[in-house]
Amino acid sequence: MRTGSDNVVIAEIDEKQEGLDDTEAGLTSAVPAVTGSRPKRRRTQWAEVWRRLRRNWMAMFGLAIILVIVFTAIFADIIAPYDYREQNLLRVADPPSREHLLGTDDLGRDILSRIIHGARVSLQVGFVAVSISLIVGGTLGALAGYYGGHLDNVVMRFMDVLLAIPSILLAIAIVSAFGGGLGNVMIAVGIATIPVYARIVKASVISIKEQEFIEAARAIGATDLRIILKHILPNSMAPIIVQGTLGVAIAILSAAGLSFIGLGIEPPTPEWGAMLSSGRHLIRRAPHVATFPGIAIMITIFALNLLGDGLRDALDPRLKQ
Amino acid sequence: MNDVLLDIRDLRVTYTTEEGLVVAVDDLNLQLRRGETLGLVGETGAGKTTTALSIMQLVPSPPGRIETGEIFFDGEDLRRKRLEDIRNVRGNRISMIFQDPMTSLNPVLTVGFQIEEAIMLHQRLSQRQAGRKARDMLKLVGIPEGRAGDYPHEFSGGMRQRVGIAMALSCNPELLIADEPTTALDVTIQAQVLELMRRLRSEFGTSMLLITHDLGVVAEACDSVAIMYAGAAVETADTERLFTNPRHPYTRGLFGSIPSLDEDVPRLSPIKGIMPDPTELPTGCRFHPRCPAATGICAERTPVMVAVEEGHEVDCMIYEGLVPEARIGEKED
Amino acid sequence: MQPNDTAAGGVKREEKQDPLLEVRNLKKFFNTKQGSLKAVNDISFSVRRGETLGIVGESGCGKSTAGRALLRLVEPTAGEVIFEGENITTFKRDRVRAFRRDAQIIFQDPFASLDPRLSISEIIGEPYEIFSLYSKAERFERVQNLMSLVGLSTKLTNSFPHELDGGRRQRVGVARALALDPKFVVCDEPVSALDVSIQAQILNLIQDLQDRLHLTYVFISHDLSVVRHLSDRVAVMYLGKIVEITTYHNIFTRPRHPYTQALLSAIPIPKVNAKRERLILEGDVPSPVNPPKGCIFSGRCPYVMDKCREAPPALISTEEEHYTACYLVHDQADPVAEE
Repeated sequence: MRTGSDNVVIAEIDEKQEGLDDTEAGLTSAVPAVTGSRPKRRRTQWAEVWRRLRRNWMAMFGLAIILVIVFTAIFADIIAPYDYREQNLLRVADPPSREHLLGTDDLGRDILSRIIHGARVSLQVGFVAVSISLIVGGTLGALAGYYGGHLDNVVMRFMDVLLAIPSILLAIAIVSAFGGGLGNVMIAVGIATIPVYARIVKASVISIKEQEFIEAARAIGATDLRIILKHILPNSMAPIIVQGTLGVAIAILSAAGLSFIGLGIEPPTPEWGAMLSSGRHLIRRAPHVATFPGIAIMITIFALNLLGDGLRDALDPRLKQ
Repeated sequence: MNDVLLDIRDLRVTYTTEEGLVVAVDDLNLQLRRGETLGLVGETGAGKTTTALSIMQLVPSPPGRIETGEIFFDGEDLRRKRLEDIRNVRGNRISMIFQDPMTSLNPVLTVGFQIEEAIMLHQRLSQRQAGRKARDMLKLVGIPEGRAGDYPHEFSGGMRQRVGIAMALSCNPELLIADEPTTALDVTIQAQVLELMRRLRSEFGTSMLLITHDLGVVAEACDSVAIMYAGAAVETADTERLFTNPRHPYTRGLFGSIPSLDEDVPRLSPIKGIMPDPTELPTGCRFHPRCPAATGICAERTPVMVAVEEGHEVDCMIYEGLVPEARIGEKED
Repeated sequence: MQPNDTAAGGVKREEKQDPLLEVRNLKKFFNTKQGSLKAVNDISFSVRRGETLGIVGESGCGKSTAGRALLRLVEPTAGEVIFEGENITTFKRDRVRAFRRDAQIIFQDPFASLDPRLSISEIIGEPYEIFSLYSKAERFERVQNLMSLVGLSTKLTNSFPHELDGGRRQRVGVARALALDPKFVVCDEPVSALDVSIQAQILNLIQDLQDRLHLTYVFISHDLSVVRHLSDRVAVMYLGKIVEITTYHNIFTRPRHPYTQALLSAIPIPKVNAKRERLILEGDVPSPVNPPKGCIFSGRCPYVMDKCREAPPALISTEEEHYTACYLVHDQADPVAEE
């Protein structure tokens, strides 16, 4: 390389071969010394996250509850002891007994069966609503974060307007305008929380965008779309997953709230919020009618929050050595 | 009283991590004489900073733990002192300069106030006297006293390091621990700061433990050197001896790795391999997997520190007569 | 303000030595709240085929921005970058992408420059995916070859960056840069995040690869010893400008610009009794938002003259293979050399 220094060139050629061997030999000899004696750690980052999550028994407890709820929701028809629509006007608001483990409601329906079927509705509302806000909010946030400038301004000011309206009020407005029903409730709850995800995704994208590996991707000719999809989004998943998990809880709660005030899911669909609401006037005489759906909501939210917090800790890169 | 100000004996510090027990410092022996500057040299993970924190009794616990060893400061074992006595030593008789003073200075307080606070903590001075002294200290390190009312972020990196030095010297400590004080600075600013430290040291007669990875800084600023590798000192000597005649294969490797500014070296001769995993240090001599002179015995037996000449100790079996030296020479020429 | 005649003169001489890359009056300004930040302020130089041009300077001198502007990783504000006879600053998006196959970059921080979610083979092979080159089997083979070329054990194919130490990560970065078989590579502080013993391994690797693959490098670093070790010629930058360009030999034996002299004297040499004249600069580097009006170094220069504060000195040839932007040197220089 240095054409100026003659004897140096020759010495280099002689040494070069040996030198490269040296580094390669150095590496191969170092590999067994350092990593050879331990089991091979070929873990993806997700495996690493799962390993950390598994150590957090609170989060695992939350996850277990959620799995039970999901399982119940899927096999509701098999598990439920009674048909959730079956009324028995002779046994209205019966307290828990051997036949009706959680008692019956104001129309004599089995509360346990209704809660089991209600899990389906609640989970559906939770996941679909979060998916809606995640897809819409996430896309807007990613674009605003990546391109910045005017696009960012327009998107985020619109988000600010949405944020200025309390989300439950917004949902109420949407449901009252377009009517209740499962679909509309999901859309209403979803739209109301769009700004939350837009902001999180945007912040996450901005911090990832500044990292050198994004510039490295540009340097090898990657297009914007590829950079966003292949490099930025997978790396900004951590806060999105955490927020998504907590968001499912919030969405379930919002849907229950809407049903409670009579704007949500229409009877006879068993929805926990609506069940709570229908038990409200019996609260003194038959408290179990309102209590059990309330407990179902509480446990679900609690489990989701435990899992969400656990995920946050497991995904937090600062805890990585 | 005693010629040796700081005497570390058989220090062993460990950290418990997810991956296992990390031995950060293992069987470290170090002596620092009064008025002397000792350079502590090593790469990432050599245990330099842990050593400094052990002296200050500031090893974060958990996960860290000083397992064995004594740290004699002015004849007293710091490990046996009570907490309030330690507090009285910290910042007063031993003080520290950090790599980035921005992290050690409180961003919402003026630098003048912070120096003042340090002074008042350890000396019986009125606020007014302390304020006067703080401004004097700033002037001493070349910061106009008018800037005492400024906040840390209003200073450049070099100026901030000067503030750190002013603060460290404000209580006139006997021992100054400087942990990579110039690593974050540009070379021309580094030269200013080193010059300042040299001047103040001769003015105050402070002893100093200078932690660095830069052998150039050591050559300029230190009287003696300890080279650390994977938690232990592998070679100690006065600067001149170590630089003219490095003995340990690791030390030689370090010298072979540095590009020279004033000579034409067509190709560097690096040390092969990488730093060992701190949770699984090699058996025997820790350097043996990377050592060009290693023989079978190096993996089995732990070397003993031997004096190759007065004041020059090496932790290598070549000098115990157990391993032939010739192979190092071959590799180097 | 730029001496076009002398610049052209310099270019003419270099044409014979086959320049791969020519930079003419390159500028990059950033808009900040304080005003326009002149990161790169009118620099001109050329890089000859097969050589290593070192760019050295302290933090904030614009060396990294300059390196990125050469590759259009940042858009130059003004000036031309001629790569193999074509002005890349006028390239449209598709041409820029095609240009990436010829010109690559090795980044400073091996911990930040690799996507943590991708495996080593995915990172090294990504350029092939982007340009839809080769079949799956061919890609695999090429990645394996690249890994052994840079001294990475092929056992690491499916590892993830966080499982590797800094030195090996940097080898991955080097392999990725070489995947598309570039002619020209910008090395942006490739060893400054590494420990000394690892640094030497990577420097040797970079050097060997140049010989094997006939690469042309621009090697950027704050460490003059490292730059000098690897470069054929060295450019010294200060506050967005080049103050001196000369051979690696001259930069140490006969530095002409006072800033180069100060930089050299500030570097601690790992030798005892290295007797040197000390030139310790006063003060800090001024803000690139508001650089001094005349010579950019006038505020800190120990030899400052009146005219230094009025107009900036041009970077002109003061002797064979030696360009300096300093009136003091211009005055002493042999007037013939200026022709």
